[in-house]
Amino acid sequence: MNKKVGIEVSLAAADAVKMANADLIAAYPITPQTHIVEHLSELVANGELDAEFIPVESEHSALSVCIGSSAAGARTFTCTSSQGLALMNEIVFIAASLRLPIVMILANRSLSGPLSIWNDHTDVMSIRDSGWIQVFAENGQEVFDHVFFAFRVAEDPKVSIPTIINLDGFILTHVIEPIEYWDQEAVNKYLPEFKPVSTLNPDNPVTMGAFAMPGIYTEAKKAQDEALIKSKPEIIKAWKDMGKIIGRNYSPVETNQIEGAETVFLTMGSMGETVSIAVDKLRARGQKVGQVKIRLWRPFPVEEFREAVRNVKRIIVIDRALSFGGQGGPVAGEIRSVLYDEEKRPLITNFICGLAGRDVTPDNFIEMYEKGLKMAGDKSKEEDYVMYGVRE
Amino acid sequence: MIEIRFHGRGGQGAVTSAELLALAAISEGKYAQAFPSFGPERRGAPVVAFCRVDDRPIRLRTNIYSPDLVVVLDPSLLRLINVAAGLKENGVLITNTKFTSGEIREKLGIKQTLATINANKIALEEMGIPITNTTMLGSLLNARQVVHPDSLIGPLEKRFGRIADKNIRAFRRAFAETETLN
Repeated sequence: MNKKVGIEVSLAAADAVKMANADLIAAYPITPQTHIVEHLSELVANGELDAEFIPVESEHSALSVCIGSSAAGARTFTCTSSQGLALMNEIVFIAASLRLPIVMILANRSLSGPLSIWNDHTDVMSIRDSGWIQVFAENGQEVFDHVFFAFRVAEDPKVSIPTIINLDGFILTHVIEPIEYWDQEAVNKYLPEFKPVSTLNPDNPVTMGAFAMPGIYTEAKKAQDEALIKSKPEIIKAWKDMGKIIGRNYSPVETNQIEGAETVFLTMGSMGETVSIAVDKLRARGQKVGQVKIRLWRPFPVEEFREAVRNVKRIIVIDRALSFGGQGGPVAGEIRSVLYDEEKRPLITNFICGLAGRDVTPDNFIEMYEKGLKMAGDKSKEEDYVMYGVRE
Repeated sequence: MIEIRFHGRGGQGAVTSAELLALAAISEGKYAQAFPSFGPERRGAPVVAFCRVDDRPIRLRTNIYSPDLVVVLDPSLLRLINVAAGLKENGVLITNTKFTSGEIREKLGIKQTLATINANKIALEEMGIPITNTTMLGSLLNARQVVHPDSLIGPLEKRFGRIADKNIRAFRRAFAETETLN
C-alpha cells in the first residue's frame, strides 16, 4: 500500500484527473467545485498535464465544448455544482443520448432560492433522469478512486455513457484528509487508452445528434435505456478489477452491520460515515440496526438493493433533497417503487435533512431512528415523511 | 480522537493552522481531518476552523461541538464570543493574550486548563507581522502533544517556503514560552 498523503479532497480529485491523463477540460468555476478546476488549470498551465484547458463563459458552453471534444475522440472532463449544473441542463441530456463518455465531478450543492452555496443533493436530482451513470462517494479516497473508475466505465466500448461522480460540496471538497495515491503504473494498468466507438472525422463522416421523427424517437430512447441498464455488469467488473489492484472493494449497494438488523438507515454520499457512528452507538444499546448505502444511483441496482434489505423490517431513508408536493425525497420514492412488488416489504420512513449544509450529527440520526420506529408502526400515516430539525 | 477548534479572524490563518496540524498528523501515519467553517470568506470577521486527529480512520463529518482543545488566535475574540463553548471539562483553552493565565481565568471565568502566550509579541519580533497562526501552533503543542513538534517542520517549510524559517522560530518560541494554569 502506498503512503497516505494529506491533501484537500478537491486537489486530490484534480490530481487524479491528471493521472488519468485527460485530453480536454472545459469548466466554469462555481463554489464549491472551484478548487478542482483551479488546480486543473494550474496543472495544465505549468505543463504537468498535457491537455487543453478551455475556460468557457458558462456551464452551458462547458458541456457543449466537452461534447465536441469527446465526439472528436478526446478523453474529456468537466466539473460543476448546483446552478452550474442547472445551466448545463439541456446539454446534460444531449451528452447522454449521444453516448459520449464524458466524466463529470459534481460537487453537490443546493439550488437557489434562497441562494445557498452549501451542500445537499438537489442539484443531482434535477438531472436524475438524464441518462448519465451516477455514483456517489463517501470520502476523499473514494472520490480519488472513482475518477479512474469513471473514465474506465464511461469509455468502455460496451458502455460509452457519460458518468458523474457525486461528492458532497464543502463536506468533502474542502476537507484535508489522508488519501492514498495510486502509482501511475496502476492507473495505466486499470485505465486503458480511450478508443471511442465512433468519432467525428471528415475522412469518415458520421452523423451525431440527428433529428428524430416520432417514428424513431421511441426506439432511440429504448436503446438508450437498455444501454444504461446493461452498463451495470461492466460497472461491477470495473469495481472488481479496481479491488484487485488497490484492495478497496466497491459495489453498487454497500452494507454495514446488516447481520441481524431489523432497521437500516439508507444514505447516499458522505452522510454514510456519520450514520455508521450512530449505528455503533445504537448497537451498543442492543438495538438491531444496520445501514445500507447506495453507491450506484443510476443505473439503479434493483436486484442488489432488494437482496441487501431482504431480511430487514424497516428502512429509514435519508434524503438530502425534496420532491415538492410529492411523497418526500427522491430516494425514498425510488426505494418504495423498487420494493412495491416484493412479497415481504419493509416499512419505509423518510427523513429529509442536511439541506444546504445543515449539520446532521450522530445524535440527530439516533433521534431519527427513535422517531422512525414509531412512524413505521403508525397506521394513521399522518406523516409520509419528516423534514428533520425544522425550527417551528 | 482529539478534536480542536481554532478561532481567528478572516485572514489571520486559522484555517491554515488547522491544515498544518492535520498534515503533520498524517505525516506521522495518523488519521486527520482539517476543514474551515464552510462559507464565504470574510476578511476580519470572526471565523472558526476545525481539526480532528485520531489513530483510527475518522468517520465523523460534522462540525466540532465539544472540542478537546480550543485555540484563540486573536485576543479581541475573547470578549466577543464564547470561545470555550462546548470545551470538554478536561480540555484546554489556548489563547493569544498579553495577560497572564491567572488574569484570563479571572476575566473569563473559565474552569478548564488555560494555556497563554503573547503570540502577537512573538510574531512581531520573529516575523514583523502580527499573524499568529504558526505561533499559536507552538503554544497548542505545548498544551497537548497532538503531534511531535518536529512533525510540523515539514508542513511549515512546504507552506511558507522562504519565510518558513521565521515561522518556525515563532513556532518554537511559543512552544517554549507558553504558560499553563491547571
